[in-house]
Amino acid sequence: MPDAPQKVRMEVKVNGHAHSRDVEPRLLLVEFLREQLELTGTHIGCDTTYCGACTVLLNGQAVKSCTVFAVQADGAEITTVEGLEKNGDLHPIQKAFADCYGLQCGYCTPGLMMSTLQLLKHTPEPSENQIQKAIAGNTCRCTGYQNIFKAIATAADRMRSAAHGD
Amino acid sequence: MYPRAFHYHRPKTLREASALLAQLGEDAKFLAGGQSLIPLMKLRFASPAHLVDLNFISGASFIAEEKGYVRFGPLTRHTEIEQSAVAAKIPILHDCAAGIADVQVRNRGTIGGSLAEADPSGDWATVLMTLETEVKCLGSKGERNLGLGDFVKDAYTTALEHDELVSEVTLKVPPPKSGGAYLAFKRAAPVYPTASAAVQLTMEGDVCKEAAIALGCVGLVPVRVKEAESALRGKPVDTKLIENAVEAARTVAEPQPDIRGSAEYKKQLVGALVKQALSIALRRARGERVEVSHIYA
Repeated sequence: MPDAPQKVRMEVKVNGHAHSRDVEPRLLLVEFLREQLELTGTHIGCDTTYCGACTVLLNGQAVKSCTVFAVQADGAEITTVEGLEKNGDLHPIQKAFADCYGLQCGYCTPGLMMSTLQLLKHTPEPSENQIQKAIAGNTCRCTGYQNIFKAIATAADRMRSAAHGD
Repeated sequence: MYPRAFHYHRPKTLREASALLAQLGEDAKFLAGGQSLIPLMKLRFASPAHLVDLNFISGASFIAEEKGYVRFGPLTRHTEIEQSAVAAKIPILHDCAAGIADVQVRNRGTIGGSLAEADPSGDWATVLMTLETEVKCLGSKGERNLGLGDFVKDAYTTALEHDELVSEVTLKVPPPKSGGAYLAFKRAAPVYPTASAAVQLTMEGDVCKEAAIALGCVGLVPVRVKEAESALRGKPVDTKLIENAVEAARTVAEPQPDIRGSAEYKKQLVGALVKQALSIALRRARGERVEVSHIYA
């Protein structure tokens, strides 16, 4: 290529904090989050749009951040796993994953929790089938998924109770 | 993994996007949902010097139903179609949109991108072959409408000129006594199906008035099972006709052996999918509600 590609200015809000950066167009969203913002909770697993370890919410929707260019998030709001806890209190989804042993090595866990977040936002009382469909794009090679299903159902129960104030 | 460095362009309209591609030449590509293109670029199977990002074009994502037709904007995401009133009314659209890959991919992937990619294992082209579907193509020479059959030319090859993009996808709403079903069989959510079958039947009482059957992943383009379609027309759909359709599907299928299975296995599989899809389509044509999703091994 004769001339080096120009960097592109992007403005993005990540976990409520605004950032403004000049990025190379080929920079992937996951690399932007990990390398530039040092938010290393979002993991790179397969790097081929399969495993979902890199799942983040882009304008409230779960995406594989290894398959979105950072420049495409210009003007967007992003939530990563670091955005789950508030003032040192774990999010009910995080608590449920811990309480139900919904993880072993933990590598896939951030992605699974972000997929869970999108599910429970729209489906506060998910069926077993809905839970399975919601995390079909997240691969866990340790657990066999049973405790993950339990964790998601538990998180849903607790969030509903909290919402009802009981 | 990083793709080769590229220049990034962000047009505001589809027309501007097409003009940019004409101006930038052969080494430029459109970027829609990116769920096929970005992985290809990361693996360096594709290394365009320029990417023209369609995602910031306003008004390119819509679903509109009017005068018996449904129109989709090219950038309409699979998730939007899955959740639409149109998909609730035309179940085969829901079968497809709700089953493609996984939630994350469906949140990004688009109907226009899927058709323009023309992957032989893609879902939309196979499904839309069973409905009367037209693809609007926009380029420097203006806009033209192509029937889906003329649009999809070969594996990964469409009738699109270099500077043309899909600007709209239109399909005819099936008549009231019509029912369809799409079944795709795959080993896990994020992978392409091993084989798939789409069926749309229009009934008059017990008699089949109109039939369309298309197979996915078993040819370079979606394969129509014309022999079975004409055998079904004008007759009550009985076990024998269904068995004939299954045989006809196995005969016209030309699957490639690969890691997903041998050619013979895929022929057996696609026949079984046709059988199931026919029975679901029939039930739906009678007004039954049948939940369907992609089948995992």
